[in-house]
Amino acid sequence: MDPILAAVLFAIIKISIILLGYVMLFATVLTWLERKYSALIQDRIGPNRAEVAGLRLGGLFHMIADPIKVLFKEDFMPRTENPIMYKMAPWLSVVPPMVIFAVIPFGPGDMFVISNAPLGMLFIFAIAGLGVYGSVFGAWASNSKFALLGGLRATAQMISYEVAMGLNLVGVFMIYESMSLQGIIVEQGETLWGFLPAWGLFLQPVSFILFMASAIAENKRAPFDLTEAESELVAGYFTEYSSMKFALFSLGEFIEIIAIACIASCMFLGGWQIPFVDATGGIILTSLQILAFLFKVFVLVWLQMTIRWTLPRFRYDQLMKLGWLYILPLSLANILATGVWLYFAA
Amino acid sequence: MSNHLVDSRNVDSRSQAPRFAKLWTPTEVDADEPGLMRVQMGPSHPAMHGTVRMDVILEGETIRDMDVDIGYLHRGFEIQAENATWTQVVPYTDRLNYLSSLCNNVGYVLAVEKLLGIDVTPRCKWIRMISAEIARIADHLTALAAGALELGGFTPMLFGIQAREEFYKVIEHLCGARLTTAYTRIGGLRWDLPDNFEAGYRKAEASLKKNLADMDKMLTRNRIFYDRMADTGIISQEDAIEYGWTGPCLRSTGVEYDVRKAHPYLFYDKVSFDIPLGHKGDNYDRYLVRIAELRESLKIIDQCFKYMEPGPVNVDDWSIVLPPKEAVYNTIEGMIAHFKLIMEGIAVPKGEAYGYTEAANGELGFYMVSAGVGKPWRVHCRAPCFALVQALKPMMLGEQLADIIPTFDTINMIGGEIDR
Repeated sequence: MDPILAAVLFAIIKISIILLGYVMLFATVLTWLERKYSALIQDRIGPNRAEVAGLRLGGLFHMIADPIKVLFKEDFMPRTENPIMYKMAPWLSVVPPMVIFAVIPFGPGDMFVISNAPLGMLFIFAIAGLGVYGSVFGAWASNSKFALLGGLRATAQMISYEVAMGLNLVGVFMIYESMSLQGIIVEQGETLWGFLPAWGLFLQPVSFILFMASAIAENKRAPFDLTEAESELVAGYFTEYSSMKFALFSLGEFIEIIAIACIASCMFLGGWQIPFVDATGGIILTSLQILAFLFKVFVLVWLQMTIRWTLPRFRYDQLMKLGWLYILPLSLANILATGVWLYFAA
Repeated sequence: MSNHLVDSRNVDSRSQAPRFAKLWTPTEVDADEPGLMRVQMGPSHPAMHGTVRMDVILEGETIRDMDVDIGYLHRGFEIQAENATWTQVVPYTDRLNYLSSLCNNVGYVLAVEKLLGIDVTPRCKWIRMISAEIARIADHLTALAAGALELGGFTPMLFGIQAREEFYKVIEHLCGARLTTAYTRIGGLRWDLPDNFEAGYRKAEASLKKNLADMDKMLTRNRIFYDRMADTGIISQEDAIEYGWTGPCLRSTGVEYDVRKAHPYLFYDKVSFDIPLGHKGDNYDRYLVRIAELRESLKIIDQCFKYMEPGPVNVDDWSIVLPPKEAVYNTIEGMIAHFKLIMEGIAVPKGEAYGYTEAANGELGFYMVSAGVGKPWRVHCRAPCFALVQALKPMMLGEQLADIIPTFDTINMIGGEIDR
């Protein structure tokens, strides 16, 4: 077989396995998990009604029942000047977070990553920047004032926090001297002072906290969900969406939760590295490493959910203040401190 | 019995909020100006509980002008009351402030009793106090929980609702209904406390204490919550008084006025409790005052249970209270008294009276005129929320759109009461 064709075929197989088998499955489970977990926090029972052949499994079937229900809902469309924009918006908020997974390494080597790009992180920033179009187009094309306000908030919020999010990772790049995710992960396999894994979390703790904060803001989830603040703006930029288009916005949000967890675990938690095991190869070790990555992603997803269900929401000006007056200067200071440290350490 | 400040922020400075520029401003801003946007919040909007419409003119997110449009829940309470006997009005009062129906029941019958010039039995007074305080707790919990929800804190909201649920169970145990209580009667009560009432109440009390502690932990010292609540929706003492504010909202500005203390009714002069006071009149003060009042209400109920003694709950006067069924079936006097009360209503002497009580949101007044027949000639309800909502516009001018939400919640507007 032609080697190029083979490589393309192989890539397609990897894409389908990662996107369908991992991302979509995880996102679907999250739709159930978030409701179940919030129920746990709030002393409720949570979803438990969907039943297949007498089995309920704690409402696990809701993750199948809900998409089916949503698909059969009336797809209402407001009178708008921009029907194409209106229809495009949900996709623009689902596809970019999916594309991020192209450079996420799920295991060691070239085997478990769709594209082991040397500038993977730049690719991620470029793609994440597209996410704002989904909400802006949706808001603009909806022809509704509440949606418009939500879209305006989304624009300002996502652009401000993108800057902060990028700057927070600069410290990590400086320490590991790489912008490829696989390269950064490999560097994190070492052990510091004999007892601490050389994870970004321990070398760049400030970055980790700020990155998580700005990433959640980028994803527009509570406490940064003022773009869809239901008490102020009804549902923000997707007020006018219904049926599967509406569900796509939520799906995009869930995929982005996973994407954030993946990026953060690659940058700060050593990706697929198992602490104190600085080795690769062998089927058993590789599968353990893949599981380790899954576990880390899960922990970060859990962290995001706990934050979501604990904190109230910011106000628009407070959010801007937090982004520009606190997170941005702090991350710049962090870069400076890292630079000074590296200079004297070298 | 010293009154305490709920808030320790800048207590030494005791900075008073600035007065409003104008007490009432007509709509002056033209929404068609470039850069302005008119947004209709409500009547069907998630934050506009109780169905109200806000016509807001925004410049970006800043409120340039707004108008609160009430009337979507108008039921004609006052005109209904003129077409019902004095007793039949009691169920209508349930729908006034539907979060604390028992307070309204108590307030209404006290006003009628003032007109009648009668005094109810001691046990009846204690029970009325217990029921009014339980309703106050339920009301404050709803206001606090909804406030958390509207700021995006779904979890603290459910904690509050969980505690409220226990109190609704107590109310259900008391009178068989959760919302449409209609528990009081002129000259007494529908019936005495049910068996095991105190045990049920203690369970609710335990739930309240636990959930309140949880809510407190999640909100009071939460930086985001504090930033949203503090220094938003400010009103000065003078403005609050000029607008006729009463209740927890007035006390949040530091004015020490509580009908229960200033003009004691029932046995409120026999129990000891504090009036929690704020000093800034912002949303955070109103939140803290409500939390503190919950604890005061618990104190009052404890004392009621302590001082309460067995005895009759109804006055011994068949021209006011329905005679017992045996008397109706077996004696001619009982039969006639029953017939007169049911067919004609209580013969309230000619005159007028204004009865006022401290309901959950403030002074709930009933001004009533009797023509000496079984039906009221006129009943006017002085709803506390009505005065509170009037001040919403001057409070909100120049603030952010998002500030409407906590402000509207802490003043706790109740549609049923405002539209009567």
